[in-house]
Parts: sequence; structure tokens; C-alpha cells
Amino acid sequence: MALLDIKGLKTHFATDAGVLQAVDGVDISINRGETLCVVGESGCGKTVTAMSILKLIAMPPGRIVAGEIMFEGRDLVPLSSHQLDDIRAKEIGFIFQEPMTSLNPVLTIGEQIAESLRRHEAVTKKQALERTIEMLKLVQIPNAAGRVHHYPHQFSGGMRQRVMIAMALACRPKLVIADEPTTALDVTIQAQILDLLQDMKERFGMAVMLITHAMGVVAETAQRVVVMYAGKVVEEASVDELFGNPRHPYTQGLIRSIPRIDLDAEHKTRLEAIGGSVPILINPPPGCRFAPRCKHAMSICTEREPRLREIAPGHRMACHLGDAS
Amino acid sequence: MSQYILRRLMIAIPSLLGISLVLFVVLALAPGDPFSELATNPNVPPEVQAALRAKFGLDDPIYLRYLHWLAAMVHGDWGFSFVSRVDVDTLILQRLPTTLYVVGSSQLLALLIAIPVGVYAATRPYSLFDQLANTFAFIGFSLPTFFTGILFILVFSVKLDWLPFVYTSVPGSGIPWLLEMIRQAIMPVMVLGLFQAASMTRFVRSAMLDVIRLDYVTTARAKGLGQAKVIVKHVMRNAMIPVVTLIALQMPAVFGGAIVTEQIFRIPGIGSLLISSILANDTPVVMAVTFVFACLVVLFNLIADVLYGWLDPRISFR
Amino acid sequence: MISAVLLLLLIAAVVIGPFIWRVSISDIDVVAGLQGPSLAHPFGTDDLGQDLLARMIYGGRISLAVGLAAMLVSVFVGTLIGALAGMSRGALGYGLMWLTDLFLSLPQLPLLLMLIYLFRDGLKALFGPEGGIFILIVLVIGGLRWMPVARLVRAQFLSLREKEFVEAARALGASPVRQVVRHILPNALGPVIIAGTIDVAAAIIAESTLSFLGLGFPPDTPTWGRILYDAKDFLDIGPHWALFPGGAIFIAVVAINFIGDGLRDALDARKVI
Repeated sequence: MALLDIKGLKTHFATDAGVLQAVDGVDISINRGETLCVVGESGCGKTVTAMSILKLIAMPPGRIVAGEIMFEGRDLVPLSSHQLDDIRAKEIGFIFQEPMTSLNPVLTIGEQIAESLRRHEAVTKKQALERTIEMLKLVQIPNAAGRVHHYPHQFSGGMRQRVMIAMALACRPKLVIADEPTTALDVTIQAQILDLLQDMKERFGMAVMLITHAMGVVAETAQRVVVMYAGKVVEEASVDELFGNPRHPYTQGLIRSIPRIDLDAEHKTRLEAIGGSVPILINPPPGCRFAPRCKHAMSICTEREPRLREIAPGHRMACHLGDAS
Repeated sequence: MSQYILRRLMIAIPSLLGISLVLFVVLALAPGDPFSELATNPNVPPEVQAALRAKFGLDDPIYLRYLHWLAAMVHGDWGFSFVSRVDVDTLILQRLPTTLYVVGSSQLLALLIAIPVGVYAATRPYSLFDQLANTFAFIGFSLPTFFTGILFILVFSVKLDWLPFVYTSVPGSGIPWLLEMIRQAIMPVMVLGLFQAASMTRFVRSAMLDVIRLDYVTTARAKGLGQAKVIVKHVMRNAMIPVVTLIALQMPAVFGGAIVTEQIFRIPGIGSLLISSILANDTPVVMAVTFVFACLVVLFNLIADVLYGWLDPRISFR
Repeated sequence: MISAVLLLLLIAAVVIGPFIWRVSISDIDVVAGLQGPSLAHPFGTDDLGQDLLARMIYGGRISLAVGLAAMLVSVFVGTLIGALAGMSRGALGYGLMWLTDLFLSLPQLPLLLMLIYLFRDGLKALFGPEGGIFILIVLVIGGLRWMPVARLVRAQFLSLREKEFVEAARALGASPVRQVVRHILPNALGPVIIAGTIDVAAAIIAESTLSFLGLGFPPDTPTWGRILYDAKDFLDIGPHWALFPGGAIFIAVVAINFIGDGLRDALDARKVI
């Protein structure tokens, strides 16, 4: 049984212009101890999907309209925010994109990590402090015992993200959701943080759901990849399969847009970009949502929506191209 | 932290000097000799007049006059009230506690109303409670204090006859006396407090709404802390930072309201002293009371600055 | 919307009022003193039997005129100082902002009272009892309320002067004055209008407060605040006397504040809650 199994999740937002279908029927499952990457452009619904799991989206205007989110066999959708509090941080930890704004500026980092421990585990103040320092050491913050009493503004961006990781892992959750954890950081720091995440994952044996828009990060970290486009899953495969045999035109576009320095001069081609941008998801037209940007679009693509189906063991995609062949 | 407070003090001093300069310039610019009225006042003996003219050095150049006046103010030599025939500082010290008591309790009342109401309204924006709170706040700060005061007297004193509408400060002791002191303070404190609460509620609500959508609040919610703890520990703590500044900016208006309230309920504070001195042409008292009000405003700003530094750790390190 | 209609009605009432309600404001009829509302006197009478409706209409003209005039003064001074502070990058800007902060921490009402106390007689001699006090009150209220406008204008200037279209104008060699008048001021107008609207309400309250303390207009000039001041000693026998002027002040202030709020929402449409 998968650790987390999302089926047919639809999260919509009420806006002045109409209902925004940010997530519109997403299926994702994560096994224990696995690293799954969810990849797609900004605005494709990756973050909303992740935030829906623990109901961290603003509700209203957001609303989970349909679907189920099974965590260890228990559906999280009908639970109230209050009931979810026992699962938050304890079972599922969260690492956010912006380390600069995701820490409370008026509390010391120690207080912020320890409050999570105090909430979920029967520890005294002193024990919580000790475990906090221990966590800070694990995420390689120098002079952890002294730094624990410092405020977020006394840390650099990379250090703050380490603090965020320590915070997310403090209660040893079974699943960590990392929402673009490296996007806001310098390139040199990015690699360090990814290494740290890998390291932590091996140490604690948790599953990781890594949300990113960088294919390079995917190739480096993932075991399995889910590609999302405009609120839907368009392709899902193991990392080798996806990079070796991408089937959906959008996935192919994403892979072609990675700069390559390993090819020699004759084989170098111009970097390809995918034309156009993610459609606005208020009253989307029928048919495949990628069709307007797709080089292979056929007449059926604007009429009928392609279903996600298995084309090889463990490889699923949603495109009419496969039907023809 | 202590360094920060010291720095704020250093900033407060020039603004006190600036205020004193403004006051002095106003006095110097006033048409005619502000003490000429005293010449016709039979209560003032000629030798006092001459002493006064000498002390204020009315024929010296203006900057010298300012320095003399400032030195006198700093030394606590605030002049002599011709009407009450006592030193101005004695007169003010007699009246000041009453004003501080009324203003302090009304501020407390305002905070006790504004923080819970503003916080609760912000956690449920556009709910019925929020809209009611907003409407009342809007009406509250559009109602001038002199009118609320009169309405209160009409309802609670004239119609219902629950509360006395004239404040008396007979010295006494014992429980009945204490109760009476509290009873007569109810209406003035309500009038001032409700007025303050109205604008504070709006400040608190909008500051809460600004903070509630920030990333670190989501982080806190992701820790499973529970709504109440997230709101109090993470949102409120941060929202109070701008609120402190806004309340400090309101202080001049608070003291303005205090003057009106003291006048309506005939509270023997420095506000009513100011009015009666103006009506009696008692210049030294008018100047001194205005200066005291200015000092109070600066003092409260200083307190706000200290609070601000305490609430926001980023400040003290700058 | 409702508040705009209400305010227009109020303005219409005080402007056209005297042509319809032709009762004198100062006819004394002690026998008919302190009467409640009736057909002959819709708002009742005061202790001297003077008609309150007529006095209210007359007072409303003064109160609203003071509010508008004081707003103009404060917007003018505030825009001038804010613009100067926003354009100058050196000591002048800092000096002006220090002055603004200083004025913000001045105790308004005591200072207002002191200024009136000191200058009252001089201006009375120059412009007559009513004209003198009108000019004084307008100048003093306006002169003590310009700081929010100055801050707003300066903030607008600081952000606008780096914008492309102003850069473009500068590159084309527009003079500083021209840059300000043609390119920056029109864009800073929105917030200033809002602040100005709220200033009208504040000035009406300030004038009423002065009159209520007995330090505003002379006793024979019945502004709303002054009527309230006269009425406050007769609350037990003639409550109507206080309720009408107080209510009028309240309605005017609420209406203006609501309009200011509405303008803020309308002009600041980008703000998401």
C-alpha cells in the first residue's frame, strides 16, 4: 500500500472572474521511503496540490471539490483543520519555498523548532531545546548550541533553509513535502541543500515529495517523476524511463529545454523553449489543455480530453498521440 | 536593547526642543506683548509685572529670550499663576494625576476592547461579526467626543439617573468613597475609551489581516499548532508591531479628547485647567500646560518606541 | 453611495435652507423658550426662544465652510512640503520630514487653543469678530493638519520619480518644476484626494470642538458646536437642543468619512484582501 495516495483531487478557488480550477483531477501516489518529484511550470498546480494535502491553502477562497487523499489508509479530505493538526509536522513535514519569509521574524529559530516538538511529543522545555540543538547539528549549522537563540534575520538564506529542514524533520515525519526548496537560493547553495535533503532522507528513511520546476533537480534526486500541466498530471514514470523515453509532448519539451554541456560541438543544438505559457484555468476550453501549445496537436485534441493511462509498466501519460500509434 | 533605548532618548530630546521652539515662536509672534493684558489686571501687583518682564527679558534679542525661557522651564521655574496665586508647577502637579488616571484607564479600556474584537474580526473577515465590528468602529470614530459625552449624560444621568455627571474630587477614604470615585469616572473613561477603541479596532484588524496571509503563518499552521496558538503566538505578536506605532501617532488626539472630556464632566485635570486659564487670560499657565501636553506626547512616543524595540528583535540589532 | 446623497442633502439644506425657512436666527421670544419640536419650530427653540432650525442652517454653512477651507489650506501646505521633500535628495528633504514628524507629535488641541488665545484679539481687530475668527480657525486647523498629506505626497514622489515616464521626461530635459507639475502631481492626486476628504471631517470636528469649548466663534454666531455648547447646561429640560446639532455634526462626519473610505476602495482597486 502506498504511503500517500491522492486520487482525483480537485482544488478550486473562487475568484472575482469565476472559479479557478487550480488542481483538476490529480492522481499521485508516493511509496514509503521514496523520492517523488512533481515537476511543471509555475502555476501548473504543483504547490496547490501539495498544500491541499494538509489543507494549508486559504479556505475560502480555496476549496477541495472532489477526490480523496489517503494517508496510511486514512482519507484526509473529510478531516477538519483541527483534526489535521495531529498529522501536520508529526506525520507529514513541510519545507517551503521562501526561507526568507517562511520563518517568523520575531521568534528565535529555537522557539520555532521546539514548538513543533512540544506540540507533538511529550517533552519538557529542556528536552525540546536539546533535541532542537541536535537537529540543528544534523542540518550542519555551525555552533548550533549558540545559534539556537538567534533570530531568523541573523541567518543567510541557505542557513534559513537548513533551519526549515530541521523544523520539518524535528518530529521524524514519514513524509516530507518540499515545495521548491532551492528555488530562492544561490546556485552553489542549491546543491548543498539538495545534498542535505538526500542525506536526511537516508538517515530517517522518510518519503520525500519534491516539488520543482527544474528538470536538473529532478534528474539528480528523484526515483519517480510526475509531470503536471495546467492542473492535471500529464505523465508519470520512473526517472530513467521519463528521461530516456518521454512520451508526452510537454515532457519532451521540458527535457529539450534543459541546457546540455555534455554534448560535443557538432551535436549541439539550439536550446528549445516551449512556446506560449500556461493557460489561465478559469473556464478552460474542452479537450487537452496543452493543445494550444502543442506541435503535434490534432483535431481530436481540442474536442476530447485525453485520459491518463498506462502505456508501459509504471509509465502513464495523458495524450491522444499514443492512441494513434 | 539599552543602547537602543538610549538612542531613542537622544531622538526624543531634539523633538522636545523643537516643540518648545514652536511654542516660543508662537508666543513671540503673538500680536502685542502677551503680558500687556496683565497691566490691566488688578490682581497683578506692578512689582510682579516688572519681575516678570525682567525674567522673560522682553527687551532682549529673540534667541536670548528663548534660551532664558528654556532654562527656566528646565529648572522647573514655570512662573506664577495670577488667577490662582500659586506657582504654575504646583498647580499642574495637583491636576496632572487626575488627567493621567482618566487617560490611562480609557487607554486600557480601549485596548481591552480593540484587541479581542479586532483579532476576532480579522480571523473571520467579512463575517457578520466582522461587518458589525467595522460598522461600530466607523461610527465610533466619527462621533466627536463632545457629542458622545452629551449623549452619555442624557442617557445615563438624565434619563436613567445611574451615574453622576459632575466629577467631584473631595478627598476621603474608605470603600464607599472609593466606589464613588470609580462610579464618577465611568462615563468619562467610557467616552474616551470607546472613541479610542474604535480607531484601534480598525488598526488591529487591518494589521492582523496583513500578517495572516504571510508565509510564516502557513509555516506555523503546517506545524499543527492549532488555530488559537497560531493566531496568538505568530499573527498577533507580529501584528502588534505596526499597531504600537499607530497608537503612538494617536496620542495627540487622545489628549485632545481628554481636554474635551474633562470639560464636559468638569474633571479637575490639566485639560480643564487649560480652558479655564485661557478664559481667564492666565498666560503662564496656558504656556506651561501646553508644554506639559507636548511632553506627555513625546513621553508616550518614547514608550511606544521601547515597546516596538521589545516586540521586534530586528530593531534592537540595527 | 448613501453617504454621498446624505452629504449632498446636508449641503443643499444649508445652502438653500435660508431661502425656504425664512425665520430669523436671532428673534428672541423668551415665552417660547426651550420648546420641543413643533410646526412653528420644527427643531424646537433654545432658552431665549430662538428658532433652532434657522440657527442650525446658519451654523451648518459656517461649519461646512470651515471644513472645506481648512482642508484646502492643509492640502496646499501638505502638497507643497511633501513635494519639496520628495524632490530634494539632500538635507532639505530630511529637514522637512523632521518638521513633519515634529508637527505630528504636537498636541493638536492644546496648541490650537493656545494659538486662538494668543491671536484672537489681533485678528478680531483686523477682520471683525466673525471674519477674524473664521480666518484664524481655518488657518490654524489647516496649518496643524497638513502632515499626513505631506507624508503621502512625499512617498508618492519617492516612488514616482524613479518611474520610467518621469525618467523619460527628465531625459528630454524637462525642468524640475515641469516634471513635478505635469508628470508627478497628477499621479499623486488619488491619495491626496482621500486624505483631503478625511481632512474635511477632521476640520469640522476641530471647529465644533473649539466652539464647544466656548473658544470658537462668538456667542451670537450659532455654529453647530456653539449651539451644542449653549445646550449642554439644559440637557435635562431641553435635550432636543443638543441632539439636533450633535446629530448634524455626526451625520456630516460619518458621511464624509464613508466617502473617503469609498474613494480609497475605488482608487486602490489593486489591493487584494
